[in-house]
Amino acid sequence: MLSIQNLHVAVDAKPILDGLTLDIPTGEVHAVMGPNGAGKSTLSYALAGRPGYEVTAGTVTLDGEDLLALDPNERAARGVFLSFQYPTEIPGVPALTFLRTALNAQHRARGEAEIGAPDFLRLARAKAAALRIDFDMLKRALNVGFSGGEKKRMEIFQMAMISPRLAILDETDSGLDIDALRIVAEGVNAMRAADRSMLIITHYQRLLDHIVPDRVHVLANGRIVASGGPELAHTLEAEGYDKYAPRTLEPAA
Amino acid sequence: MSLARAIETGDLTELPSRRDEDWRWTDLRGLIRVLPKPSPVRMERLIVAAGEVRHADLRFVSAGAGAHVSRIAIEIGDGARLVLSETYEGEGDYLAEVDLQISVGRGAALHRTLVAADSADGVSVSRADIVLGPGARLAQSVLTTGAKRQRLETRVSHPGAGASARLDGLYLLEGKRHADITTVVTHSGIDGVTDQLVKGVARDQARGVFQGRIVVSPGADKTDARMGHHALILSDRAEVDAKPELEIYADDVVCAHGNTVGALDEEALFYTRQRGIPAEEARAMLMEAFVGEVADRIEDAAARAAARAWIAAQLGTAP
Repeated sequence: MLSIQNLHVAVDAKPILDGLTLDIPTGEVHAVMGPNGAGKSTLSYALAGRPGYEVTAGTVTLDGEDLLALDPNERAARGVFLSFQYPTEIPGVPALTFLRTALNAQHRARGEAEIGAPDFLRLARAKAAALRIDFDMLKRALNVGFSGGEKKRMEIFQMAMISPRLAILDETDSGLDIDALRIVAEGVNAMRAADRSMLIITHYQRLLDHIVPDRVHVLANGRIVASGGPELAHTLEAEGYDKYAPRTLEPAA
Repeated sequence: MSLARAIETGDLTELPSRRDEDWRWTDLRGLIRVLPKPSPVRMERLIVAAGEVRHADLRFVSAGAGAHVSRIAIEIGDGARLVLSETYEGEGDYLAEVDLQISVGRGAALHRTLVAADSADGVSVSRADIVLGPGARLAQSVLTTGAKRQRLETRVSHPGAGASARLDGLYLLEGKRHADITTVVTHSGIDGVTDQLVKGVARDQARGVFQGRIVVSPGADKTDARMGHHALILSDRAEVDAKPELEIYADDVVCAHGNTVGALDEEALFYTRQRGIPAEEARAMLMEAFVGEVADRIEDAAARAAARAWIAAQLGTAP
């Protein structure tokens, strides 16, 4: 489904991704792990099309279509969803209003019928209940005043409502306590499907105890340096990333 | 010195100019070279009897290259309530001034919504002098898309004594339009409340001006005055000038003011687009959310709905 070939990305003219190659077949869940500064978030933003993340070389295709030629909203309409590491507050726009506007924009872009208010609310109630989100919270301005854990749960709620083909989860476990982590992981696992792929970006292995990936990749210095099965996450947890990205010592002054 | 006096006397030196501190961002003398022959002055008086509840529409239409002065007197009796819907409309390069003298009686209420839909070539001035009685309530919302040059000014004589004033405003400006929302509230007695929220969006080469002055005179103790002005500038060539002023000469006063001018939040814009909303629609949605608070504060339900519809129409977000 997702094919990334030799991707180079620069931010403020500084190269971050340096020839990253990764394929995620349809229906598979892949994890990308790496030390801080390896380029994990840059990968997620580049795939979503964030302005300022300049692709200087390489290709990204989704089912053969050139993703890099599309605007962020067009990528979303093709099925790309990014669960943000730091979800943005949207003052003045209730979560439900925001989400319904988003869903209908995607439907319009795909030439599908818009979803009516009763169907939308029925779906929202069911998905919110599964993620143990208080329905009244969805009437508040999106993410405004939400705790870190509430914001992450709201990201997964949005993912459940939007039902993307490719879900990218950027550090979804950060800021979650153990109970919230379990709820979020259940929500993600419930969405695993034969026609949906997922890319889970994380620093720690703990999320991968709950969401067991098909493949694990190590991202260091802007490229994938190792790949393996789920057991690789445990090896990394035990041995650290030093093998892949040796820490450079500051020269003495 | 005013546009009205200049129109009535045919004397260009009566026009306010940038040399007048109060008009430095809304210069008329440098703009107007010719004063057309004035049309007859529109004079009206509206009296709301004590205890009466009334809705009234005041509509001012300016057309062509004329010069128009209107003088309106409104008296609201003790305990009465007036819901006033005031609209300015125009076509062409007219000059127009509307002067209102309004008195709000003891315990009376004025709910005033002013929608200024002037032409891009018009020059428009509105000045309302409002005198509040003890325990009176003024709830005002000024909504404007600007004009070639436009000044919407409100001066409130506030007695304290349990009276309260809300003086909100909203400007949504594009092209080369200019809007100036100026207010002066003078508190002269104890126990008065003034609450103000003005928001604006300036794009293209538009210019928004907010001048808000709250004076708390000696003896006007226990005054509660809050003022906020928040604007978005959406292009390098747009401009917003703000001068919030609190002049306090009394004791035991609660006063607060906030003023922010900035760009649309790029992070929020990307987040919104990532969820599938196209850039233009996303911008409009975020702008509507930013300014919508002004409409939400309108107490009168019909006026509030009209203000929301006005905002949606300006931003193109109406369903």
